[in-house]
Amino acid sequence: MTLDLLPIGKPARIVAVDWASLAEEEALRLQALGVDEGAKVSVAYRGIFSGRDPIALTVGRMTVALRRAHARAMLVEPITA
Amino acid sequence: MTAPRSAALVGNPNAGKSALFNALTGARQKIANYPGVTVERKAGRLVLPGGAMLELTDLPGSYGLNATSPDEEVTRRVILGELPGEPAPEVLVLVLDAANLEQHLVFAQEVIALGRPTVVALNMVDLAERDGLVIDPLALEQALGVPVVPTVAVRRRGLVELIAAIASASERTSDPHLAHVTLTERRVTAHAIAEAAIVSETARHRLHAKLDQLFLHPWLGPLILFGLLFVVFQAVFAGATPFADALEGGIGALTDLARSQIPPGLARDLLTEGILSGVGSVVVFLPQIVILFFFILVMEASGYMARAAFLMDRLMASVGLSGRSFIPLLSSFACAIPGIMATRSISDPRDRLTTILIAPLMTCSARLPVYAVIIAAFIPNRAVLPGIGLQGLVLLGLYVFGIVAAMLVALVLRRSITKGAASGFIMELPKYQMPRLGDLLIGLWQRAWIFLRRAGTIIFMVTVVLWLLLNFPRAGEGENQIDASIAGKIANGLAVVVEPIGFNRDIALSLIPAMAAREVAVSSLATSYAVGADDEDLQAKALGERLSADWSLPTALAFLAWFVFAPQCMSTIAVTRRETNGWKWPGFMLAYLFGLAYLFAGLTYWTAVWLGL
Repeated sequence: MTLDLLPIGKPARIVAVDWASLAEEEALRLQALGVDEGAKVSVAYRGIFSGRDPIALTVGRMTVALRRAHARAMLVEPITA
Repeated sequence: MTAPRSAALVGNPNAGKSALFNALTGARQKIANYPGVTVERKAGRLVLPGGAMLELTDLPGSYGLNATSPDEEVTRRVILGELPGEPAPEVLVLVLDAANLEQHLVFAQEVIALGRPTVVALNMVDLAERDGLVIDPLALEQALGVPVVPTVAVRRRGLVELIAAIASASERTSDPHLAHVTLTERRVTAHAIAEAAIVSETARHRLHAKLDQLFLHPWLGPLILFGLLFVVFQAVFAGATPFADALEGGIGALTDLARSQIPPGLARDLLTEGILSGVGSVVVFLPQIVILFFFILVMEASGYMARAAFLMDRLMASVGLSGRSFIPLLSSFACAIPGIMATRSISDPRDRLTTILIAPLMTCSARLPVYAVIIAAFIPNRAVLPGIGLQGLVLLGLYVFGIVAAMLVALVLRRSITKGAASGFIMELPKYQMPRLGDLLIGLWQRAWIFLRRAGTIIFMVTVVLWLLLNFPRAGEGENQIDASIAGKIANGLAVVVEPIGFNRDIALSLIPAMAAREVAVSSLATSYAVGADDEDLQAKALGERLSADWSLPTALAFLAWFVFAPQCMSTIAVTRRETNGWKWPGFMLAYLFGLAYLFAGLTYWTAVWLGL
């Protein structure tokens, strides 16, 4: 499953990221924010007015906003909290 | 060992660096730009225990030494001593957010590996404790190999200890091995260090998760944001009026004083008609700017601004921008200048350029006097619906017109001149925090000072030049001064160009001095209609009567449409030149905005004439 399909509140681990599909600057920024392979994440909020963009992701003790296009490049597997 | 003379605060964004900087240096700060780049350099002084002075700089927040924005690039070059004219700081003060330790330790390792004298400020320990985190500074110190001082910048805790640690920061040697550690390895190390330093961690009971449930709610969130924006605009336009009136009164009193004390002549006219009315007409916007910045600073310091960007992202994405552009565009409603300066936080250069180019389309406060005079003179004061007047509706329409135009221009630009991959939106949503009054006041003072300094320099000079153009050569006997002046001659030429869109020579004449600032159009119309009232309100009233007698309704509507677009503000052009490092983009901005102004004024005029208005 890719991260954009992860249900809200469900903890998951990022198992693979297709960095090549992201702009280099965006890849660096995501990595700097800890959104990287191996990170434990969960989707906190998604979109406004029933839209699906952007996504607020909980990473550790941080909340990171990103777009669905970024989330689609990330393969996640659900974990038990 | 001699005491260090310079130090710099380094750290991730949202580590509380600015609050720590304010707490350490107080209000005595110097804001300038780094040489050759348009990134703000904030510096202040603090006294070391031995009595020596140390210059402390606050470097832009950074996630790592491989920069992804102009701000981060400056931080990297300053730390490494690569920025010409800016010697590397002798001591690096690493600011870490205690509540977000693991994340911040990633960049910290990179900085510590440089082997420079380094001190760690473990900041916001109180918020960490509120989140149920207890951290052992000694364990952290041993793991990092540099002194660690727990601080709470907003409560001034740990400052004395931190200053002592800066004063005695010792030389270190860099470990060549550490410089080649990968990001993943650093993250593993960060996790291990954080695990070891965290004494206890209870279940998270975080206030900000609850606030986010409200502010990021898919339906309530946007409603709260729009409600808040409504309050902000109300405050900016209604709340500022008494202060603006008082300032206007003060300027009027100064003018009267000059009239009574200085003998009549060119020198007195230069002072009263030129300097006082020109610079004064800009200074009266200070209250609005201060009020708008108060809200912006509160929204930023509390952490809400990042949520606003999150909520606006979807909307901005539809025209090819991102939520990050929202903050600069919001500022532009007060004045495009701080708005354009706020684009520095946008990392994508194409996004940033697009935002700069559309910022002047947001209805800034300088357009209000122009709109107010024309609407009062031409739009009947009657209610469309109970409580909703036609005049107010027209004013609102002009605001909406500007916003819609900006969105359409952004859409076109992102598909042509600033074409490129769709810009992303990646940003940290920081913890909510109670803003500290002292920090707000320092921020407000700095914004106000930058604005006043500009009024005292650029606007002052332009005003004097325009006054000279209007007054020389001197008119002969029985000749109108404006007709004889250089400006009058230019107006004659311009009148030919603007005639097709319904503008008369008086309008053409008023457009020339209005290049300095849009609101000058009002006072120069008044001058050319020779209404001899000093008070601007009185002038506006009398002017309104003259206008409704002299202008047709299509001309008035065309004039309004013109000012939705016309880039008549020297300061905006100047700041665009500075922020884009050249004349190319301000030139483009002038061309496209004047083009649209001409087109839409024309369309308005022709349509109105055709409708028989």
